[in-house]
Amino acid sequence: MSKKLVALTGNDAAAYAMKQINPDVVAAYPITPQTSLMEKFAQYVADGEIDTEVVLVESEHSAMSACVGASAAGARVMTATSSQGLALMWEICYIAAGYRLPIVMPLVNRALSGPINIHCDHSDAMGVRDSGWIQLWAENAQEVYDNLLQAIRIAEDPSVLLPVIVNYDGFIISHAIENMHIYDDAGINKFVGEYKPKYTLLDPANPTTFGGFDLPDYYFEHRRQIADAMTKSAKVIADVAEEFSKICGREYKFIEGYRLEDAEIAIVALGSTVGTARAVVDELREKGVKAGILKIRVFRPFPEGEIADSLKHLKAIAVLDRADALNAVGGPLFDEIRAALYRKSDIPVVNYIYGLGGRDMGLGEINHVYADLAGIAKTGKIKELTTYLGVRE
Amino acid sequence: MAKTEKTKAPGWREVPIGGVNPEAGNAVKYNSGTWRTFKPVWFNDRCTQCYLCWINCPDVSILIKEGKVAGIDYEHCKGCGICAAVCPVKPKKAIEMVKEEK
Repeated sequence: MSKKLVALTGNDAAAYAMKQINPDVVAAYPITPQTSLMEKFAQYVADGEIDTEVVLVESEHSAMSACVGASAAGARVMTATSSQGLALMWEICYIAAGYRLPIVMPLVNRALSGPINIHCDHSDAMGVRDSGWIQLWAENAQEVYDNLLQAIRIAEDPSVLLPVIVNYDGFIISHAIENMHIYDDAGINKFVGEYKPKYTLLDPANPTTFGGFDLPDYYFEHRRQIADAMTKSAKVIADVAEEFSKICGREYKFIEGYRLEDAEIAIVALGSTVGTARAVVDELREKGVKAGILKIRVFRPFPEGEIADSLKHLKAIAVLDRADALNAVGGPLFDEIRAALYRKSDIPVVNYIYGLGGRDMGLGEINHVYADLAGIAKTGKIKELTTYLGVRE
Repeated sequence: MAKTEKTKAPGWREVPIGGVNPEAGNAVKYNSGTWRTFKPVWFNDRCTQCYLCWINCPDVSILIKEGKVAGIDYEHCKGCGICAAVCPVKPKKAIEMVKEEK
């Protein structure tokens, strides 16, 4: 497959992936908190470059509802959202997963109100973490593009049939321009293939009912099936990544370690902060500090075993959360990383809530985390379990 | 006609995914007429065979035999009362709602 080096924002990269996927239906709410991603995609349609049916609706609740209807009809369906938009979709997100509709949605991660804020933050994604959507997380514009193309294949696999969210950081990835590779339309076409729905509302010869009332005698079985599909999706995610890496030459795993193998201290993070942390780790390594990073690319299904294996040799771990669970303990990623390590290690793990509402996470803040970790590794003592990093005291 | 299936309910591996019902018209197999507080009672001697009840019944519960209204399918009637409300026969309607005795 031929590739081309281009400079695109994260949003343009997502729109370009959507253009190449050429979904049958895209239903979206066109106003804030929707980002320029949908604007760009709608332009491709308006210019006649693709033949997607774009349905502009009056709210994000309606956007996801229209997606559910179109997907149940058998169409390949995408949408996009951000921040409050996802919060308004929330009810229907559960329905999309519950009806096993393979909708794919880029999610530009931004804060939830209130007070009102639409800057980078992971609270929106964490709000739907238990909805039955697979969640992939991107570190940069290239991964937005690559993850979206893979997401279609993952969602539509007959053993999965679950919707997929492709997360990327608001503004930091969505609006910043980066160099990245795009691939030729024919190759991408072949990779994403054609969607063959298991059930469709538009087959008069085989009429089906979607959305029937599911009483206590069947609902539990259907929920159990979703759990099974989420478990089975792990193999599909791995297979699709392998196939994709043959095209693009980049490796995609559930998690990715950076200078982690011989590290003594490490941070665990999602999204663009991993990129910033790489620079910090390189500097620390030059000073002889054995620092590393564990990036989580696949958050749902949660790769518990891989995470525990990759962290087991460390002396201290910091989990970075760009969202707070407000449970008077720590952030959502922290909770899950600690659970992954339960009975597998007694390494001290601390939590940093950072960057809420778009507060910058710079080299200084990350250096601060590694300095704390070095102290914990030396003494084995945790002074503060959860730190609000960068908040004014 | 209608009978309640009395087999062991299928396990989660056997149930169609997503709550999809891939079998059209299978309500005929189930007794869904257990919700009523009032039931429609049809009087053959008053009925003019106008079919308004049959047209309006949302649950296809007006029984037709040899082209004529022949009664109520109580295994599917929910007791909504639309049939009685639309019945135009005067002075006494051909369908009356009567309190269910349980």
